[in-house]
Amino acid sequence: MKIVWQLFITFFNIGAFTLGGGYAMLEMVERAVVTKRQWIAKDEFWDMITIVQMLPGVFAVNTALYTGYKIKGLRGAVAACLGAIIPSIVIILLIAVFFLDYKENPVIERIFRGIRPCVVALILSPSIKMFINAKVNWKTAIFPIATIVLIYFFKVSPVYIILATIIGSVSFAFYSQNRLNKSKS
Amino acid sequence: MIYFQLFWAYLKIGIFGFGGGYAMLSMIQFEIVDHYGWMTLEEFADIVALSQMTPGPVGINMATFTGYTVGGFWGSMLATLSLVMPSLLLLVFVLKFLFKNKDNFIVKSTLSSMKPVIAGLIFVAALQMMNPGNFTDFGLHQNNISVIICAVSFVAVFFTKINPILLIIASGLVGYLVY
Repeated sequence: MKIVWQLFITFFNIGAFTLGGGYAMLEMVERAVVTKRQWIAKDEFWDMITIVQMLPGVFAVNTALYTGYKIKGLRGAVAACLGAIIPSIVIILLIAVFFLDYKENPVIERIFRGIRPCVVALILSPSIKMFINAKVNWKTAIFPIATIVLIYFFKVSPVYIILATIIGSVSFAFYSQNRLNKSKS
Repeated sequence: MIYFQLFWAYLKIGIFGFGGGYAMLSMIQFEIVDHYGWMTLEEFADIVALSQMTPGPVGINMATFTGYTVGGFWGSMLATLSLVMPSLLLLVFVLKFLFKNKDNFIVKSTLSSMKPVIAGLIFVAALQMMNPGNFTDFGLHQNNISVIICAVSFVAVFFTKINPILLIIASGLVGYLVY
Protein backbone atom coordinates (compact mmCIF):
# COMPACT_ATOMS: atom_id res chain seq x y z
CA MET A 1 0.00 0.00 0.00
CA LYS A 2 2.87 2.31 0.80
CA ILE A 3 4.35 1.90 -2.67
CA VAL A 4 0.97 2.51 -4.31
CA TRP A 5 0.69 5.79 -2.42
CA GLN A 6 4.28 6.73 -3.30
CA LEU A 7 3.52 6.05 -6.96
CA PHE A 8 0.51 8.34 -6.78
CA ILE A 9 2.55 11.12 -5.16
CA THR A 10 5.47 10.70 -7.58
CA PHE A 11 3.27 11.05 -10.66
CA PHE A 12 1.20 13.78 -9.03
CA ASN A 13 4.38 15.86 -8.71
CA ILE A 14 5.35 15.12 -12.29
CA GLY A 15 1.86 16.00 -13.53
CA ALA A 16 1.78 19.21 -11.54
CA PHE A 17 5.17 20.55 -12.55
CA THR A 18 6.02 19.44 -16.10
CA LEU A 19 5.15 21.90 -18.80
CA GLY A 20 4.66 20.64 -22.32
CA GLY A 21 3.75 17.14 -21.17
CA GLY A 22 4.99 14.09 -23.08
CA TYR A 23 8.70 13.97 -23.66
CA ALA A 24 9.52 16.78 -21.27
CA MET A 25 8.32 14.61 -18.40
CA LEU A 26 10.29 11.47 -19.33
CA GLU A 27 13.44 12.72 -17.68
CA MET A 28 11.53 13.49 -14.49
CA VAL A 29 9.96 10.05 -14.46
CA GLU A 30 13.34 8.42 -14.96
CA ARG A 31 14.86 10.43 -12.13
CA ALA A 32 11.99 9.50 -9.81
CA VAL A 33 11.50 5.80 -10.50
CA VAL A 34 15.00 4.75 -11.61
CA THR A 35 17.50 6.99 -9.86
CA LYS A 36 15.71 8.00 -6.67
CA ARG A 37 13.44 5.09 -5.73
CA GLN A 38 15.20 2.39 -7.75
CA TRP A 39 11.93 0.67 -8.51
CA ILE A 40 13.04 -0.40 -11.99
CA ALA A 41 16.40 -0.74 -13.75
CA LYS A 42 17.39 1.90 -16.27
CA ASP A 43 17.47 -0.47 -19.28
CA GLU A 44 14.13 -1.90 -18.34
CA PHE A 45 12.64 1.59 -18.13
CA TRP A 46 13.83 2.69 -21.56
CA ASP A 47 12.82 -0.62 -23.15
CA MET A 48 9.36 -0.03 -21.80
CA ILE A 49 9.27 3.54 -23.12
CA THR A 50 10.15 2.29 -26.62
CA ILE A 51 6.93 0.30 -26.62
CA VAL A 52 4.82 2.89 -24.85
CA GLN A 53 5.71 5.41 -27.59
CA MET A 54 3.97 3.22 -30.15
CA LEU A 55 0.68 3.07 -28.28
CA PRO A 56 -2.40 5.18 -28.98
CA GLY A 57 -3.61 7.60 -26.33
CA VAL A 58 -1.98 10.25 -24.16
CA PHE A 59 1.74 9.45 -23.91
CA ALA A 60 2.11 10.72 -20.34
CA VAL A 61 -0.86 8.63 -19.22
CA ASN A 62 0.53 5.53 -20.89
CA THR A 63 3.93 6.11 -19.30
CA ALA A 64 2.29 6.37 -15.87
CA LEU A 65 0.17 3.27 -16.48
CA TYR A 66 3.05 1.03 -17.59
CA THR A 67 5.51 2.28 -14.98
CA GLY A 68 2.90 1.81 -12.27
CA TYR A 69 2.01 -1.63 -13.56
CA LYS A 70 5.64 -2.76 -13.62
CA ILE A 71 6.11 -1.69 -10.04
CA LYS A 72 2.87 -2.64 -8.35
CA GLY A 73 0.48 -4.30 -10.81
CA LEU A 74 -2.93 -2.97 -11.70
CA ARG A 75 -3.30 -0.96 -8.48
CA GLY A 76 0.03 0.70 -9.13
CA ALA A 77 -1.04 1.50 -12.70
CA VAL A 78 -4.28 3.15 -11.61
CA ALA A 79 -2.55 5.09 -8.80
CA ALA A 80 0.19 6.42 -11.12
CA CYS A 81 -2.36 7.32 -13.80
CA LEU A 82 -4.60 9.21 -11.38
CA GLY A 83 -1.55 10.99 -9.99
CA ALA A 84 -0.54 12.09 -13.50
CA ILE A 85 -3.95 13.47 -14.49
CA ILE A 86 -5.45 14.95 -11.30
CA PRO A 87 -3.23 18.09 -11.23
CA SER A 88 -4.12 18.77 -14.88
CA ILE A 89 -7.83 18.39 -14.26
CA VAL A 90 -7.81 20.70 -11.23
CA ILE A 91 -5.67 23.43 -12.82
CA ILE A 92 -7.54 23.37 -16.13
CA LEU A 93 -10.93 23.52 -14.41
CA LEU A 94 -9.83 26.64 -12.53
CA ILE A 95 -8.52 28.25 -15.73
CA ALA A 96 -11.62 27.25 -17.70
CA VAL A 97 -13.97 28.80 -15.15
CA PHE A 98 -11.94 32.00 -15.17
CA PHE A 99 -11.37 32.11 -18.92
CA LEU A 100 -15.00 31.55 -19.94
CA ASP A 101 -15.96 34.49 -17.70
CA TYR A 102 -13.29 36.85 -18.96
CA LYS A 103 -12.83 36.02 -22.62
CA GLU A 104 -15.07 38.92 -23.68
CA ASN A 105 -12.78 41.25 -21.77
CA PRO A 106 -11.09 43.60 -24.32
CA VAL A 107 -7.60 43.09 -22.90
CA ILE A 108 -7.90 39.28 -22.95
CA GLU A 109 -9.36 39.46 -26.46
CA ARG A 110 -6.38 41.51 -27.71
CA ILE A 111 -3.91 39.09 -26.15
CA PHE A 112 -5.61 36.12 -27.78
CA ARG A 113 -5.82 37.81 -31.16
CA GLY A 114 -2.02 37.77 -31.03
CA ILE A 115 -1.81 34.21 -29.72
CA ARG A 116 -4.07 32.50 -32.28
CA PRO A 117 -1.76 32.86 -35.32
CA CYS A 118 1.09 31.57 -33.14
CA VAL A 119 -0.96 28.44 -32.33
CA VAL A 120 -1.37 27.82 -36.07
CA ALA A 121 2.43 27.88 -36.44
CA LEU A 122 2.84 25.56 -33.45
CA ILE A 123 0.64 22.97 -35.18
CA LEU A 124 2.05 23.50 -38.69
CA SER A 125 5.64 22.92 -37.61
CA PRO A 126 5.34 19.34 -36.26
CA SER A 127 3.40 18.28 -39.37
CA ILE A 128 6.19 19.48 -41.66
CA LYS A 129 8.78 17.86 -39.40
CA MET A 130 6.86 14.61 -39.56
CA PHE A 131 6.71 14.76 -43.38
CA ILE A 132 10.49 15.00 -43.40
CA ASN A 133 10.93 12.37 -40.69
CA ALA A 134 8.66 9.89 -42.50
CA LYS A 135 10.83 10.27 -45.63
CA VAL A 136 7.81 10.94 -47.80
CA ASN A 137 8.76 10.52 -51.49
CA TRP A 138 6.81 10.80 -54.76
CA LYS A 139 5.39 7.33 -54.32
CA THR A 140 4.34 7.59 -50.69
CA ALA A 141 3.14 11.18 -51.03
CA ILE A 142 -0.22 9.76 -52.06
CA PHE A 143 -0.95 8.83 -48.43
CA PRO A 144 -0.65 12.27 -46.80
CA ILE A 145 -2.26 13.91 -49.85
CA ALA A 146 -5.20 11.51 -49.70
CA THR A 147 -5.48 12.16 -45.95
CA ILE A 148 -5.54 15.93 -46.46
CA VAL A 149 -8.11 15.78 -49.28
CA LEU A 150 -10.37 13.34 -47.44
CA ILE A 151 -10.44 15.32 -44.20
CA TYR A 152 -10.34 18.85 -45.57
CA PHE A 153 -12.71 18.53 -48.51
CA PHE A 154 -14.79 15.46 -47.74
CA LYS A 155 -14.92 15.81 -43.93
CA VAL A 156 -13.99 12.17 -43.41
CA SER A 157 -13.23 11.48 -39.75
CA PRO A 158 -9.51 10.98 -38.95
CA VAL A 159 -10.59 7.91 -36.98
CA TYR A 160 -11.64 6.11 -40.18
CA ILE A 161 -8.47 7.15 -41.96
CA ILE A 162 -6.29 5.76 -39.19
CA LEU A 163 -8.37 2.59 -39.04
CA ALA A 164 -8.03 2.13 -42.81
CA THR A 165 -4.27 2.72 -42.59
CA ILE A 166 -3.91 0.07 -39.89
CA ILE A 167 -5.96 -2.49 -41.82
CA GLY A 168 -4.16 -1.67 -45.07
CA SER A 169 -0.65 -1.87 -43.72
CA VAL A 170 -1.24 -4.95 -41.58
CA SER A 171 -2.57 -6.84 -44.60
CA PHE A 172 0.23 -5.56 -46.78
CA ALA A 173 2.80 -6.60 -44.18
CA PHE A 174 1.28 -10.09 -43.95
CA TYR A 175 1.27 -10.33 -47.74
CA SER A 176 4.91 -9.34 -48.14
CA GLN A 177 6.00 -11.57 -45.26
CA ASN A 178 4.28 -14.53 -46.89
CA ARG A 179 5.93 -13.80 -50.22
CA LEU A 180 9.29 -13.56 -48.51
CA ASN A 181 8.78 -16.91 -46.79
CA LYS A 182 7.73 -18.55 -50.07
CA SER A 183 10.72 -17.30 -51.99
CA LYS A 184 12.99 -18.58 -49.22
CA SER A 185 11.59 -22.12 -49.33
CA MET B 1 -27.32 13.41 -25.28
CA ILE B 2 -24.36 15.79 -25.17
CA TYR B 3 -22.76 13.58 -22.52
CA PHE B 4 -23.04 10.53 -24.69
CA GLN B 5 -21.53 12.44 -27.62
CA LEU B 6 -18.63 13.65 -25.47
CA PHE B 7 -18.05 10.11 -24.23
CA TRP B 8 -18.11 8.68 -27.75
CA ALA B 9 -15.89 11.40 -29.25
CA TYR B 10 -13.16 11.02 -26.63
CA LEU B 11 -13.39 7.25 -26.53
CA LYS B 12 -12.60 7.17 -30.27
CA ILE B 13 -9.73 9.59 -29.77
CA GLY B 14 -8.37 7.41 -26.94
CA ILE B 15 -8.48 4.30 -29.12
CA PHE B 16 -7.17 5.77 -32.38
CA GLY B 17 -5.00 8.56 -31.04
CA PHE B 18 -1.73 7.35 -32.54
CA GLY B 19 1.19 9.63 -33.27
CA GLY B 20 1.52 11.84 -30.21
CA GLY B 21 0.05 15.07 -28.89
CA TYR B 22 -0.42 17.03 -32.12
CA ALA B 23 -2.10 14.13 -33.92
CA MET B 24 -4.49 13.83 -31.00
CA LEU B 25 -5.07 17.56 -31.12
CA SER B 26 -6.16 17.40 -34.74
CA MET B 27 -8.55 14.55 -33.93
CA ILE B 28 -10.03 16.59 -31.08
CA GLN B 29 -10.42 19.51 -33.47
CA PHE B 30 -12.26 17.34 -35.97
CA GLU B 31 -14.70 16.00 -33.39
CA ILE B 32 -15.32 19.18 -31.39
CA VAL B 33 -15.28 21.82 -34.16
CA ASP B 34 -16.06 20.08 -37.46
CA HIS B 35 -18.24 17.19 -36.44
CA TYR B 36 -20.27 18.47 -33.50
CA GLY B 37 -19.80 22.21 -34.03
CA TRP B 38 -19.51 22.80 -30.29
CA MET B 39 -17.07 25.66 -30.71
CA THR B 40 -15.40 27.84 -33.35
CA LEU B 41 -11.83 27.43 -34.55
CA GLU B 42 -10.90 30.59 -32.66
CA GLU B 43 -12.20 29.23 -29.36
CA PHE B 44 -10.37 26.00 -30.12
CA ALA B 45 -7.10 27.88 -30.78
CA ASP B 46 -7.48 29.65 -27.42
CA ILE B 47 -7.91 26.33 -25.64
CA VAL B 48 -4.85 24.88 -27.41
CA ALA B 49 -2.76 27.86 -26.24
CA LEU B 50 -3.99 27.60 -22.64
CA SER B 51 -3.47 23.83 -22.60
CA GLN B 52 0.11 24.27 -23.80
CA MET B 53 0.88 26.82 -21.13
CA THR B 54 -0.58 24.76 -18.28
CA PRO B 55 1.45 21.99 -16.61
CA GLY B 56 0.48 18.41 -17.31
CA PRO B 57 -0.20 16.34 -20.43
CA VAL B 58 -1.66 18.45 -23.26
CA GLY B 59 -4.15 15.73 -24.22
CA ILE B 60 -5.63 15.66 -20.72
CA ASN B 61 -5.69 19.46 -20.56
CA MET B 62 -7.53 19.62 -23.89
CA ALA B 63 -10.07 16.97 -22.90
CA THR B 64 -10.81 18.64 -19.56
CA PHE B 65 -11.06 22.13 -21.09
CA THR B 66 -13.23 21.22 -24.09
CA GLY B 67 -15.34 18.92 -21.90
CA TYR B 68 -15.95 21.77 -19.47
CA THR B 69 -16.80 24.23 -22.23
CA VAL B 70 -19.27 21.83 -23.81
CA GLY B 71 -20.82 20.11 -20.80
CA GLY B 72 -19.73 21.82 -17.58
CA PHE B 73 -18.04 19.99 -14.71
CA TRP B 74 -19.46 16.56 -15.53
CA GLY B 75 -18.63 17.08 -19.18
CA SER B 76 -14.99 17.64 -18.27
CA MET B 77 -14.84 14.52 -16.10
CA LEU B 78 -16.52 12.41 -18.75
CA ALA B 79 -14.28 13.64 -21.59
CA THR B 80 -11.10 13.04 -19.60
CA LEU B 81 -12.07 9.59 -18.35
CA SER B 82 -13.25 8.49 -21.80
CA LEU B 83 -9.89 9.52 -23.21
CA VAL B 84 -7.95 7.55 -20.58
CA MET B 85 -10.17 4.46 -20.45
CA PRO B 86 -8.94 2.76 -23.68
CA SER B 87 -5.32 3.11 -22.49
CA LEU B 88 -6.19 1.31 -19.28
CA LEU B 89 -7.98 -1.48 -21.14
CA LEU B 90 -5.17 -1.75 -23.66
CA LEU B 91 -2.62 -2.20 -20.85
CA VAL B 92 -3.39 -5.86 -20.27
CA PHE B 93 -3.54 -6.69 -23.96
CA VAL B 94 -0.31 -4.89 -24.82
CA LEU B 95 1.60 -6.48 -21.95
CA LYS B 96 0.67 -9.89 -23.27
CA PHE B 97 1.26 -9.25 -26.95
CA LEU B 98 3.42 -6.27 -27.80
CA PHE B 99 6.17 -6.75 -25.23
CA LYS B 100 6.84 -10.17 -26.72
CA ASN B 101 6.64 -8.95 -30.30
CA LYS B 102 8.31 -5.60 -30.17
CA ASP B 103 10.65 -6.48 -33.04
CA ASN B 104 7.78 -7.98 -34.99
CA PHE B 105 7.90 -7.03 -38.69
CA ILE B 106 4.16 -6.39 -38.93
CA VAL B 107 4.03 -4.13 -35.88
CA LYS B 108 7.01 -2.15 -37.12
CA SER B 109 5.89 -1.72 -40.71
CA THR B 110 2.38 -0.71 -39.62
CA LEU B 111 3.75 1.98 -37.35
CA SER B 112 6.10 3.35 -39.97
CA SER B 113 3.41 3.45 -42.62
CA MET B 114 1.21 5.46 -40.29
CA LYS B 115 3.70 8.32 -40.11
CA PRO B 116 2.89 9.99 -43.48
CA VAL B 117 -0.82 9.73 -42.73
CA ILE B 118 -0.40 11.33 -39.31
CA ALA B 119 1.71 14.09 -40.88
CA GLY B 120 -1.21 14.78 -43.24
CA LEU B 121 -3.65 14.71 -40.35
CA ILE B 122 -1.79 17.36 -38.38
CA PHE B 123 -1.30 19.44 -41.53
CA VAL B 124 -5.08 19.59 -42.03
CA ALA B 125 -5.55 20.84 -38.46
CA ALA B 126 -3.16 23.73 -39.18
CA LEU B 127 -4.77 24.36 -42.58
CA GLN B 128 -8.25 24.60 -41.10
CA MET B 129 -7.05 27.03 -38.48
CA MET B 130 -5.85 29.42 -41.18
CA ASN B 131 -9.22 31.15 -41.26
CA PRO B 132 -10.37 34.78 -40.93
CA GLY B 133 -11.16 34.26 -37.24
CA ASN B 134 -7.58 33.40 -36.38
CA PHE B 135 -6.04 35.87 -38.84
CA THR B 136 -8.20 38.90 -38.13
CA ASP B 137 -6.16 41.46 -40.04
CA PHE B 138 -5.34 39.40 -43.12
CA GLY B 139 -5.86 41.23 -46.42
CA LEU B 140 -4.32 43.37 -49.12
CA HIS B 141 -5.03 46.71 -47.47
CA GLN B 142 -4.56 45.64 -43.86
CA ASN B 143 -1.45 45.44 -41.74
CA ASN B 144 -1.28 41.61 -41.63
CA ILE B 145 0.32 41.46 -38.21
CA SER B 146 -1.28 38.06 -37.60
CA VAL B 147 0.53 36.71 -40.68
CA ILE B 148 3.84 38.06 -39.37
CA ILE B 149 3.24 36.51 -35.93
CA CYS B 150 2.49 33.16 -37.56
CA ALA B 151 5.51 33.28 -39.89
CA VAL B 152 7.96 34.33 -37.19
CA SER B 153 6.59 31.71 -34.76
CA PHE B 154 6.87 29.04 -37.43
CA VAL B 155 10.48 29.85 -38.23
CA ALA B 156 11.35 29.97 -34.53
CA VAL B 157 9.70 26.69 -33.58
CA PHE B 158 10.78 24.87 -36.74
CA PHE B 159 14.44 25.84 -36.80
CA THR B 160 15.28 26.37 -33.13
CA LYS B 161 14.59 24.57 -29.89
CA ILE B 162 12.72 27.49 -28.39
CA ASN B 163 10.06 26.65 -25.82
CA PRO B 164 6.59 27.05 -27.42
CA ILE B 165 5.31 28.63 -24.20
CA LEU B 166 7.69 31.55 -24.72
CA LEU B 167 6.33 32.02 -28.23
CA ILE B 168 2.74 32.00 -26.96
CA ILE B 169 3.57 34.61 -24.32
CA ALA B 170 5.46 36.77 -26.82
CA SER B 171 2.60 36.59 -29.34
CA GLY B 172 0.11 37.51 -26.63
CA LEU B 173 2.21 40.51 -25.74
CA VAL B 174 2.41 41.58 -29.40
CA GLY B 175 -1.36 41.21 -29.67
CA TYR B 176 -1.91 43.33 -26.56
CA LEU B 177 0.37 46.05 -27.89
CA VAL B 178 -0.81 46.27 -31.51
CA TYR B 179 -4.53 45.49 -31.47
